[in-house]
Formats: sequence, structure tokens, C-alpha cells
Amino acid sequence: MTSQVPLHEGLFTWPATKPQLLGSRCSQCAEAAFPAQPDCRSCGSRDTAVVELGDHGTLWTWTIQTFLPKHPYLSGETADTFRPYGVGYVEMPGGVRVEARLKPNSPDQLKIGMPMQLDIIPFCTDENGDQKMTFAFSAVAAV
Amino acid sequence: MDVAIIGIGLHRFGRSPDMSGMQQGASAVRAALADAGLAWKDMQFAYGGSQDGGNADALVNELGLTGLQFTNIWNGCATGGSSLHAAYTAIKSGEYDMGVVVGFDKHPRGAFNPQPKEWGLDEWYGETGLMLTTQFFALKTQRYMYDHGITEDALIRVSQKAFHNGSITPTAWRQQALSYEEIANSAMVSDPLRKYMFCSPAEGGAALIICNANKAHQYCSNPLFIKAAAVRTRYYGSFEVFSPSQAMTVADAPTVTASKAAFELAGIGPEDVDVIQLQDTDSGTEIMHMAENGFCEHGEQEKLLREGATQIDGRMPVNTDGGCLANGEPVGASGLRQVYEVCVQLRGEGGARQVANNPKVGYTHVYGAPGISGVNIITK
Repeated sequence: MTSQVPLHEGLFTWPATKPQLLGSRCSQCAEAAFPAQPDCRSCGSRDTAVVELGDHGTLWTWTIQTFLPKHPYLSGETADTFRPYGVGYVEMPGGVRVEARLKPNSPDQLKIGMPMQLDIIPFCTDENGDQKMTFAFSAVAAV
Repeated sequence: MDVAIIGIGLHRFGRSPDMSGMQQGASAVRAALADAGLAWKDMQFAYGGSQDGGNADALVNELGLTGLQFTNIWNGCATGGSSLHAAYTAIKSGEYDMGVVVGFDKHPRGAFNPQPKEWGLDEWYGETGLMLTTQFFALKTQRYMYDHGITEDALIRVSQKAFHNGSITPTAWRQQALSYEEIANSAMVSDPLRKYMFCSPAEGGAALIICNANKAHQYCSNPLFIKAAAVRTRYYGSFEVFSPSQAMTVADAPTVTASKAAFELAGIGPEDVDVIQLQDTDSGTEIMHMAENGFCEHGEQEKLLREGATQIDGRMPVNTDGGCLANGEPVGASGLRQVYEVCVQLRGEGGARQVANNPKVGYTHVYGAPGISGVNIITK
């Protein structure tokens, strides 16, 4: 039976009802980073702690990846099966802009300033048949 | 101690299928030595770098085992700028009188595929398809256009200028001018940047012979002088390539700080520059780099490009040889190709692409991963 595992530990809380992105915050200067890191890029302190950055945000900039990236890209797609994906920076409530894959993948679906929602999605299947999960953002459905 | 450039050499950028990257570097050094009327054995030191072409100091096997000090430099796309800076300080310190700076490369076709570990990042960043330089330049350009009211028209005009300049530069890789429509209708690669708005990884070599300025006239009737060389890395908050996250407040780019440092060293301002080379990995970055280097205000580029201000006959000519867009980017050599072109212009040897009115001050700027910039100011 296939199971789902995170592609990399420590990036998000999962499984969870409302998964959150994980980062770090410096206890000296209060700046946040993603992914979590033991030292602070802003002030150089080593006094940081892992924190939840949130599960939603605002799109700060975006582009669309239209060609299959080379190694180390791991999706398992070929040039023929490749599906373009969005890439953007999303402003998180935790006070940092996080680079992420975006589910919307055409220019008419993306606009700077639009609200985005975190999703934990299957990204690829490993040699054991397990699905590797990663984080991505979707457009928040219009109410 | 002032520093002079007394020889320049280029191995034509593009593809040299029968030559290794190293051989293209040696070819550039030989051309620079011939230009200076000097021999390899006259060189006291060398700085050089390459991404995919091998260790620069192995060039001694091609050029001669003369025992000189040869130091390898690697600073991403800013390698050329960093090599020249190192050589400049070696002469300024008084330790040496004469040496060579060389850069060369030979990349496989297609986009670069950086490996996360080499940049202090975890594998997932590359595995999930977030670590492409093309993406970064598109993301930065997209936000810049939004913040400063730049439209696609400006992106197209940069490319049109680059390929036009390439078409009148005998050493350029891309010799074919492209129409506005051809660029505007080319495939979208990474929104908002299209196929003809990106440079391609390529091959080539470039070299300079530099010398204590007090001795330059012994070797050369037309020495040029390096008035400033500055290299800076990023500050916290600047928006840079290979960044899984960014601070909420955007700080000045390393280009801004390197440029200010260089102008201060040279004791001149952007208005004094006659010919400009800016890192144009893509047309969006040339636009952003115009303002980051102090040549205009943010947002002013749209109008300047429409007026043709950055064309060869404009008031601030940028990338007169077609830049990276028309020459491709062999990473190790690219920054020195910029200096080569500025020297050609200051010597008045630009032929069909020569900037009029006897240019006296040249400016070069490289930008590389993961947020490093090198600026040189060169005068007659």
C-alpha cells in the first residue's frame, strides 16, 4: 500500500487538519526565515526558534515555469508529460515572503496582491511507491 | 598606485566545438599578450576563473610553466569582476607590477542547473523546481514592473537594441538583428520574459593584461586606467537569486552598494560616464540595473528606452556589443568581456558600433548568484 511522506522534514506541519509552514524567528531581532535555520541572516545571532509561519498569504510576485527543469528536479515528468507550474513569493502572516510552487499555472489566474492558501500536495512517487509531499499555494476561491 | 590596462584579448563567444573551455581561455590570454606586445613569461601573477571549463590555474599547461602566482577565483556570474578586482588590488598594494586576468567557460546547452548543496541550500529546493535563475529574474522583473510602471514595451526594446548591436559587432555570437515583432511574438519562457529576452549559457574567453600605471607607457601607447573596482555581496533584505525566503522589507541590491562604492572611489558620478556595460542576463535585469547603478531613477527606463537613450547613438549607450543577450554567457568570461568592450570603445576601435565623440569614461557591472555584484570604472 502506498503511503504519503514529506519530501523533506521540517518544512510544514503535516499531517494536520490545517497544515502550517514552519520557519524560524530570531529572538534578538524578531526577523523570520524559511526554512527554519539555526542562525539569523539579519543580525547573525544563533538564538532562533522554530515557529509556524501560517497557512495563507498574499502573492508578492509570480512567474510560470514553462520548461522541464534539469537535474536535480525530481517530479519524474518527461519533456512530453511536463505540466507548467507557477512559482511565486507569498507574504506570510509570520512576517516573511516564502518562495513556493503555485497551483495556478497561467497568467490570467495570477495577480500580485491576490490571497493564497497553503496546500500540501503529492509531488512525486519514490522507488517504494510512496508519494512525496511538498507545499504549494492555491488561489483562494472567490466567495 | 594607479592601475592600467595595457592589453585586451577575446576568444569569440558562442560555440567553439573543437576547443575546450581552457583552450578558449588560453586563446584569450594569447590575444591579450599580443595586444600588449608582451610574452607569458613577463607575467608576474594571474587571477582567473571558470564555472564549467576547469581550474583556471591549469592554463599554465597551455601557456607555459613559468612559476608565476596563479589564483583561481569563483564568484558565480560576478567571477570576472572579482578576478579583476583581485588583480587590481595586487597591483595597488605594490606587490606586483604586471599580471593577467582571465575568464573562460564552456557550458552545456540549455538553462543552468545549479546544485542546492553548492549554495548552502537543502536538496528539496532544487528537487521541487524552485532553483532556476530564469525564474528568479522573471520574479524580480515581474515585481519591478508592478512597482515602477514598466511595460513589456521596455523589455522588447532592450532585446531589440541588444540584437541590433550584436549584428554590428564582429565578435558577437548573435549576428542577426531581430524586429520588435519577432521579439514580442517569441515564446514566453518565464512570465514576463520571452525567449529573445534571455541570454543563453555559451562558451568563450576574455583576458586583460594589467600593469602599474607608472610603467604602462613603457609597454603601450594607449593605456587605459582602472579608476575603481568594487565587489559587494548582498545585505539582509535585498531580493536575490536562490532565496527560499525574503525579508518583508526590500533592501538595496549589492549592485547599488558596489556602484556607489565605485563612483566614490573614482570621484565621479553616473553623469560622467560615456559608455556603459550592465549585466543583462535578460532584458528585465538590464532595465533594473540601469537604475540600480545610478544611471536613472526607478521607472524612468520606459521613457529612456522609447527615446533610444541607451542605444549606441543615445546619451547613455548601454551594452554596445550586444551584452550577454547577443554574446551569450560563458559565466567565467562574461565580466571580462564587458571590460574588453569598454576598452575597445575608449580606444576608439569600435568600428560600426563605436560610440561617437571620443568616449573617455567607461563603466562595467556584473551581477551573480547568490547576490554579488562587481563594478569597474575605466578611463582614458
